[in-house]
Amino acid sequence: MSDVQDKPAEGRKIPAPAVTIESKPFWDAAAEGKFLIKRCNACGEPHWYPRALCPFCFSDDTVWEESPGEGVIYTYSTMHRSPTGPYAIGYVTLNEGPAVLTNFVDCDLSTLAIGQKVKVKFQATEGGPPVPVFSPV
Amino acid sequence: MSIKGKAYIMGAYEHPTRDAPDKSTPQLHAECAKGALADAGLTKDDIDGYFCAGDAPGFGGMSMVDYMGLKNVRHMDSTETGGSSYLLHVGHAAQAIAAGKCTVALITLAGRPRQNKFFPGGGGGRPGQLTDGAPEAGFENIYGGSTHNTYGMCAMRHMYEYGTTSEQLAWIKVAASHHAQYNEHAFLKDVVTVEQVVNSRMISDPLHLLDCCVVTDGGGALIVTSPEVAKSLKRPLVKVIGAGEAPKGPRGGKDLDLTHSGALWSGPIAFEEAGVTPQDMKYASIYDSFTITVLMQLEDLGFCKKGEGGKFVSDGNLISGVGKLPFNTDGGGLCNNHPTNRGGITKVIEAVRQLRGEAHPKVQVPNCDLALAHGTGGSLGTRHGAGTVIMEREA
Repeated sequence: MSDVQDKPAEGRKIPAPAVTIESKPFWDAAAEGKFLIKRCNACGEPHWYPRALCPFCFSDDTVWEESPGEGVIYTYSTMHRSPTGPYAIGYVTLNEGPAVLTNFVDCDLSTLAIGQKVKVKFQATEGGPPVPVFSPV
Repeated sequence: MSIKGKAYIMGAYEHPTRDAPDKSTPQLHAECAKGALADAGLTKDDIDGYFCAGDAPGFGGMSMVDYMGLKNVRHMDSTETGGSSYLLHVGHAAQAIAAGKCTVALITLAGRPRQNKFFPGGGGGRPGQLTDGAPEAGFENIYGGSTHNTYGMCAMRHMYEYGTTSEQLAWIKVAASHHAQYNEHAFLKDVVTVEQVVNSRMISDPLHLLDCCVVTDGGGALIVTSPEVAKSLKRPLVKVIGAGEAPKGPRGGKDLDLTHSGALWSGPIAFEEAGVTPQDMKYASIYDSFTITVLMQLEDLGFCKKGEGGKFVSDGNLISGVGKLPFNTDGGGLCNNHPTNRGGITKVIEAVRQLRGEAHPKVQVPNCDLALAHGTGGSLGTRHGAGTVIMEREA
């Protein structure tokens, strides 16, 4: 992957996430460095992205749950050129089960691999709450 | 076909709130859906048709079907006529039910105009302000997703699971280029080789520059008529004999599968309605935003087994006059045209040319009497809508 631009992945500024009344607890927790997922009390299934109603059984008895934010890379793709350098997008399958769309940061992007273990961290945004990103462990 | 007596309204629910500072718009849609289902004595798994208008945030039906986890939807309609939309939806639902396109249609309306401190929209956020746009926006739009890297994620996973190679994907571009050389209007007319494709600049792993479609201005149109009108005209008769549609999304993140597209569901619906099989098709227009898009759809439509798409497209199998399945004989989106980044109509247009016998002589399929056109809209890597149409030339 020698043609990846020679710029740090952190060059890309992440815009402020769109926060809704439904997702605000997630972002408030993110500001404190906590990674939350939603779990349904009725069927027990966790899901992502977080919803008020369970997308599996449609119960409205869903609760926030703090997650260690650990999992493996399901897939990824590195954009080789952008105005702020290369960056990688991908899905992480959390140990709890749900797959999460994210960026991979603080690593050599040419070494990313499906199945690699990763852990969540938070990255600052342009004026909004920090957003969850993942790095290899 | 009359809809008289063909459908009934069996569930109705009015949300009790008149001021909802504590709920999001998607949440209100879902709560209304839940109320109507309870009224009817049905569950959300019974829903196979979904109708919404401009008040549904984000990608409308695609965002809401995914938000609510509706997994059996095979008919969608987002007809938008302002406040009357939902009356039209009742009519459309009856038509769809009469035509066998769905059996339980859900229509939702919801919004929060009193909360005007929130602004609508599905894009990025505004620091310090709450938004009320697409439910997935805050969790997805921040990561720099584009068509290139979200389709790249699908290709990466397909390679991982099935051993698909860049050389196999390249054959799809090669076939399109063989056809484009005969199209005087094609944006790219040069025939390319597998080597040229795999040696072109990497855009987003594992997709190279020549794995991508062209970016073009332009457009297209179709006229669809009744049999009576059609038979009064002096053009070859191209009959629609089957259609299928399906939304697909991450579905709550459970068992994410980026190696399948919605064609897995839209295809069988269309084939069953038409009473034909993939192997009966003389020609196929396959949406080609990227090479991987074609490969996944060919597998999902049943032209070959899952995971064997790479082998299927290799060695010119998609080239008219050479291979078993002539595809995109206009050069497709990969070489000819992808007007305003929406290529679906061009897929139908080239299929009609083939069925009429009016494709370029160098790419015309002999006795082309059965053809398929298939498209994917949205993003293969997040949520998308698949549409399949099967057409027959009537003698």
